[in-house]
Amino acid sequence: MEEEVMTEKRPIISAGGGPRLEGADRKSLPMPARYAINAVVVLVLLVLGELMIDGGVVNRYQSTVLEQVGIYIILAVSLNIATGYLGQLPLGHAGFMSMGAYGCSIFIIRMSEALGVGARDFVTGSPLALALVLGGLVVGGICAAIAGIIIGIPALRLKGDYLAIITLAFAEIIRVVMLNIDDVVGFDLTGGAAGLTGIPGYSSFLLVFGCVAVVCFLTHTMMKSRHGRAILAIRDNEIAAEASGVNTTYYKTLAFVVSAFFAGVAGGLYAGCVGVLQPAVFGFMKSIEILVMVVLGGMGSMLGSALSATVLTILPEALRAFSEYRMIAYAIVLILVMIFRPQGLLGSYDFSLSRIIERVMNRDFPWSRSKGTAEGKEAADA
Amino acid sequence: MFFTQVLNGLQLGSIYALVALGYTMVYGIILLLNFAHGDIIMVGAYVSWLVMAQLGLPPVLAIILSVAACTLMGVLIDKVAYAPLRNAPRLSILITAIGVSYFLENGAQLVFGADAKVVPAYTELTTVQLGGLSLSFPSILTVLVTAVATVALTVVVQKTKLGKAMRAVSEDMGAARLMGINVNTTISFTFAVGSALAGIGAVLYAMAYTQATPTMGMMLGTKAFVAAVLGGIGSIPGAVVGGLLVGFAEVFVTAIGLSVWKDAVVFLLLIIVLVVRPTGIFGRTMSEKV
Amino acid sequence: MFENVSRRNFLQVSAAGVAILGLAGCNGGGSEGGSEGGEGGSGSIKVGIMGPHTGDNSSYGLACLNGAQLYFKQLNADGGVNGKQIEAIVYDEKGDATEAVNAYNRLVQEDGVTGIVGDVTTGPTIAVAQASVADNMPCVTPSATAADVVTYGSNYFRACVTDPEQGRVMANFAAEQGYKSVATLYLNGSDYSEGVNDAFVEEAEAQGITITAQESYSEGDVDFNTQLTNIINTNPDAILVPNYYQDDGMIVTQARAQGYDKVFLGVDGWSGIYGGSENYADAADLHDCYYCCAFSSSNDSEVAAQFIEDYEAEYGETPTNFCALGYDAAMVLANGLAAAEEAGFGAGSEDYKQAVIDGIAGGTVEGVTGSISYEGTGDPIKSSLIITFAEDGTEETFEVLEA
Repeated sequence: MEEEVMTEKRPIISAGGGPRLEGADRKSLPMPARYAINAVVVLVLLVLGELMIDGGVVNRYQSTVLEQVGIYIILAVSLNIATGYLGQLPLGHAGFMSMGAYGCSIFIIRMSEALGVGARDFVTGSPLALALVLGGLVVGGICAAIAGIIIGIPALRLKGDYLAIITLAFAEIIRVVMLNIDDVVGFDLTGGAAGLTGIPGYSSFLLVFGCVAVVCFLTHTMMKSRHGRAILAIRDNEIAAEASGVNTTYYKTLAFVVSAFFAGVAGGLYAGCVGVLQPAVFGFMKSIEILVMVVLGGMGSMLGSALSATVLTILPEALRAFSEYRMIAYAIVLILVMIFRPQGLLGSYDFSLSRIIERVMNRDFPWSRSKGTAEGKEAADA
Repeated sequence: MFFTQVLNGLQLGSIYALVALGYTMVYGIILLLNFAHGDIIMVGAYVSWLVMAQLGLPPVLAIILSVAACTLMGVLIDKVAYAPLRNAPRLSILITAIGVSYFLENGAQLVFGADAKVVPAYTELTTVQLGGLSLSFPSILTVLVTAVATVALTVVVQKTKLGKAMRAVSEDMGAARLMGINVNTTISFTFAVGSALAGIGAVLYAMAYTQATPTMGMMLGTKAFVAAVLGGIGSIPGAVVGGLLVGFAEVFVTAIGLSVWKDAVVFLLLIIVLVVRPTGIFGRTMSEKV
Repeated sequence: MFENVSRRNFLQVSAAGVAILGLAGCNGGGSEGGSEGGEGGSGSIKVGIMGPHTGDNSSYGLACLNGAQLYFKQLNADGGVNGKQIEAIVYDEKGDATEAVNAYNRLVQEDGVTGIVGDVTTGPTIAVAQASVADNMPCVTPSATAADVVTYGSNYFRACVTDPEQGRVMANFAAEQGYKSVATLYLNGSDYSEGVNDAFVEEAEAQGITITAQESYSEGDVDFNTQLTNIINTNPDAILVPNYYQDDGMIVTQARAQGYDKVFLGVDGWSGIYGGSENYADAADLHDCYYCCAFSSSNDSEVAAQFIEDYEAEYGETPTNFCALGYDAAMVLANGLAAAEEAGFGAGSEDYKQAVIDGIAGGTVEGVTGSISYEGTGDPIKSSLIITFAEDGTEETFEVLEA
């Protein structure tokens, strides 16, 4: 046990384990097969979930909670890009979420009026309504991404605490603008303090988890690419990365904007799930809630973010009796995790189905560690 | 009317300045944005309420106990939450600070409830006559106390042995340790001084605005941090100038009838200053080593 | 010891922790969802009560909850509805719209309630109102005052009067009192405060009153001196402060300190400014303050006096406006349930729900906040009180405005 503790260290690339033990006879899966396997698994899960909802095994209460789980997974995974992979601490994620939520729902409300799509169509899922929803989510994401560029370029010149405080400031500005923009433009845009109401309930299990799959896939492929490695290099040592020829400003902005875009998509889904938007919802507290998920799950671990988003969304529902203590428990957990396990529950470990399959193919099981594989396994587990 | 608004700005700015001084000292020495600093003020206000409204003790005792409780709280927070992370990445300490702030706010809500508590008046004196003008006593007192505290703090930092140690630790913690400075004591002392200032701030705040709520420290703390950054974090005169700047900016925006944009203007000011001059008005530029 | 805890150790410990929590949760969840008002069982009617019982708005949510529970308890002691006991299931939504939708879905889908008292604040209530239309679930909100809460379907009712209505009442009051100029100071970002302010300004201008200034402040502000300096400079006859008692208390105190000694006008958020758990302003500063409200502990009507007595016996504190509204909302819902029970529909059926809704819409209840009836919408026809303060700070009913 003691040795294992000592060997644990930060991996070089955290978005999935790299190849290890390069024995010539090690069997591996070709890339298309990997994608195919993962795609099939995701599809099966989606269809299974949808069948259970249609069949009434999962009631509306449970499916709504599931939708929220999905929305928080997207939020946590997207914040993880900026926090875990880029190593910055934006405290204004709720601001991006609100940009996306307002952008998406205003687009959908206005367009459905213009095109004559009724609220029922969103529930039954007519092709036009579906196109409108997807369009709305993209619009929401773009709104958030634009906000990300506006704040990212000045903010990313600063680092650490300054970046944290400037993103916090920007999220507050967004909130104030959402509240008061109607008076400036002279017509009803956001509904001000009374809120934006009458948003059709377009979010469904299939839509939310479809988005989750797409977001996770895009994040994963980005982080495995040249661009992802550049982002990780900036996290590990910005000056060294710059010296090695990484365009730090470009990649910092890129990570920041992608993170904002996904948060905007999540915001759009949130609007369709709840049906009413009030600027006060997207305050500092919401940003912290998302941050807790990322920190707890493991900064730099997509699986960790997704897991802790799931647990932290379902647990309060299961433990309504303890709701008084929930916030305090969040705070204590945050402090304890930072003191005892600063890298979060899962550290930067990520789950990979193909890796497990490969392991089975090579008969490389944890319990049958031969001399050669043991060392590689330690490194992979870390 | 113009004169009244100037006094309003001075009073608001002075409270921001007092809180900003605490931020600046802690940041100056361990490069930590102490998110919980605003909440220490909340604790101070509740202590005043407990002592006067619940126990019925005299105001002098309330002032002493509030400042003492804040000082203790600051040192305790450092020992429990920040000291174990002295060598951890900055991100970890920052998240811990957020956790502490969150803990204090929600703890207060659990213990005292969400409703505001009314802190009784410390003094019967509400207005003073000065050359035919009737001035609010809390405003005058706030401005005076802040001025005195700033001078006292400057003297402590510049002239005393502990102040010298503080400056040394802030310059280079490792080298200071090699020179025989007890780094932990120095950091504790910094927290104590910063939190005592927060305690004084709490009393002045409660005197002027009379209510204690669990989340009162959040906006106050954020604005004071903005003030500290505007002035140049780590600089004592910077914190005071920053505080007054934020106070006057808020009063000015409100006075010309744009009060809905008040918070946005303050934060915009912050963004502009950070972009144009990231180290603030009085800040030193620091070069980073690999 | 701080640095090196391996992932495996950590996971083992956390897994054990989660398992324990989960077990505790099963027990906790089981007992919490249980009956609050009676013995339950097959001869009971399930209703839901929801609101913010923790968080920033918890004081309003808890007050409504206490009032509603008191009513159901009394009703059960009197034999319940049609011989059946009312079983109240309580959920906290923490003031959050998402949580409110979850709580609503859980009440309807898992607990099978036949009616809901809630929600309390506007944002979550609108979310619940939109979700409840499809179920045609009868709901009565004690206190959500925004105009569009009841506009989504015929199933939503409220026990209180709307923001715009309160604004108009105060504007009429100002005109009656002969104020020529009024300034306002409202909370930017609060639908309640802005709603009252807008309606007041519109009505007051229609009545020929000059609005000298409309100032605002933001959530969490404590320094109102700048706005007050501006307002006092325009020399109005009265200042409208449409917000909750904590802010109102600070505003009154700071304005009096600046030497303003004329009139303050308020709305039902003022309830509790003096004589409740805390005194948010000095009695000496509360002269010439008038606010409109549905309920006051100074109210000497028989129903109200009995309610105050019962409430104090139950909870050991004086009821506020919110407590009374919670009590009345429960009464309105019970009235609808009684109608449906009489018709003899099976509990939870579509006919039953429609019968409850029809029962509420067609009935009249004598609540502690006055007689409540509905005329085709979810907005009640009810009387209002104008309340002012005596020299020692106690509330006095200045005028009763019949519906």
